[in-house]
Amino acid sequence: MVTIATEGLEVRLGRHAAVRGVDVTLEPGRLVGIIGPNGAGKSSLIRAMLGLIRADAGRVLIDGKEGMDRREIARRIAYLPQGQTLHWPLAVERLVALGRLPHLGPLSRLRGEDEAAIEAAMVRADVLSLKDRVATELSGGERARVLLARALAVGAPALIADEPLAALDPGHQIDVMALLQAEAQAGSLVVTVLHDLAMAARWCDRLLLMEEGRLVVDGAPRDVLTADNLARVYGIAARIDLEGDWPLVLPVGRLEN
Amino acid sequence: MTVRHPLLLPMLVALLLLGAVGSLALGVVPLSPARILAVLTGHGDETARAILLDLRLPRMVLGIAVGGMLGLAGASLQGYLRNPLAEPSVLGASNAAALGAVAALYFGLSQLHPVVLPLLAILAALVALGVLFLLAGPAESPLTLILAGIAVATLAGAGISLALNLSPNPFAAMEIMTWLMGSLENRSMAHVLVAMPCVAAGAALLLADGRTLDALTLGEDGAQALGIDLGGARLRLMLGVAIGVGGAVAVSGAIGFVGLIVPHLVRPLTDRSPSAILLPSLLGGAALLTFADIAVRLIPTSSELKLGVLTAILGVPVFLVHLMRERRLW
Repeated sequence: MVTIATEGLEVRLGRHAAVRGVDVTLEPGRLVGIIGPNGAGKSSLIRAMLGLIRADAGRVLIDGKEGMDRREIARRIAYLPQGQTLHWPLAVERLVALGRLPHLGPLSRLRGEDEAAIEAAMVRADVLSLKDRVATELSGGERARVLLARALAVGAPALIADEPLAALDPGHQIDVMALLQAEAQAGSLVVTVLHDLAMAARWCDRLLLMEEGRLVVDGAPRDVLTADNLARVYGIAARIDLEGDWPLVLPVGRLEN
Repeated sequence: MTVRHPLLLPMLVALLLLGAVGSLALGVVPLSPARILAVLTGHGDETARAILLDLRLPRMVLGIAVGGMLGLAGASLQGYLRNPLAEPSVLGASNAAALGAVAALYFGLSQLHPVVLPLLAILAALVALGVLFLLAGPAESPLTLILAGIAVATLAGAGISLALNLSPNPFAAMEIMTWLMGSLENRSMAHVLVAMPCVAAGAALLLADGRTLDALTLGEDGAQALGIDLGGARLRLMLGVAIGVGGAVAVSGAIGFVGLIVPHLVRPLTDRSPSAILLPSLLGGAALLTFADIAVRLIPTSSELKLGVLTAILGVPVFLVHLMRERRLW
């Protein structure tokens, strides 16, 4: 179980203020979506949470502790970065095995528990049948699942995924979201940056809506995805249907300002 | 999960041993196995002793050390920079070491003592490392490192050209040119003593970071989120390449292509992860250079063929054929 919190978090990238004063506490067992227009600071927020970029002001607390070292964070929070670029043509199983790095000493080999975690992660992401294939030769959907398996192999109690749905067809998008939801329901904290509002509405327990580095709305999807909020933050009109089990959101047009 | 073909390392070790024995046994002056054995057991004739212990032994040791270092440095840099075209000279260490050696030749310092030239070369490689740090130290992207390396290499190259341009007579220029072509001819145990500590330190620094190179498959953020300290890894890589390659070039001159092709040759026999090719590249580089050095001794030419020339001539076609076969993966 891991809780991630920020207090007055500010991040500057060069001169640009990417995150401005975000206070948020993310608790285990939830699937939390971070939404907002391009450049709203979503990726910067999660990268600061992971300690990949420095907070210029404020604090990031993981389980109430500040300034954890990289390996400690790596064992608590798995990270699925944006994009699918792989720099070497590794076999799928080797790629997934990279997820065990935070648990290995400098020269130690994979032990039984590592092998078990790797296999379990491949089963959960449904890539066991691909294990001997070369990861760079897979289709986009297969590769996304393999990278997800790599993140799951860490066996961390929290998972942060940056735009895991990019370049996936609807079927694979649903597969990935269902998997993230299953992780959350099993007790993990799952945080994901999303652009697809319909998917965010359908799957997330909680949404953080960001605008120009600020966290402007935080709550359940049906409270966050209102016509007002979408108009103000995205400048779009959307058809919103709150009748069913989960809200349906369909962006239909750009608003003139 | 097999990382390498089970026979890869044993084969390379066998190849290297064969090369080492060949390097002692073969040369311009034929020595019978009986005479060689006599020297090795401690009582041979004077001539055989001199040829074997003062000429061929240092040459064999240096061939292994230099070839191994170049192969390993190539494999490390290809992994770190995530670029299959990277080779030991990309960080400018080889050119800088060459400039140090050329300076020793140009100012006549190399005549003071045989060790002056390699020491100056190593010193120059370390100075170049300092410049590299100033240019690219704090930055995170590998591209900055490549650009800074190119700047250092080009500057050192310009210095070499300047020395050639200003050399007082054709013989001095010829001496510099000959050294630049790369060779292990006439090296002594003093050279071994200068080069070995550098190569050993450089190799140890580079071998330690296999995991980091694997993690970089996922990009910088991906690797750091796995708990990798990229700053430390980068420091070890820069130090390892500068000291190791600097030390190697200092005694051998510039020997091209070994560092580029050896990682490519061993990669198909591994799972292609950067860590899996480090040790095979070291062994393969050592074996390749040892055999190439035997070849230059045996090929009958009016003056001995330079090692760097042979590796380049043989290296290019091997590399091209290999790339044609493997290109679908890039």
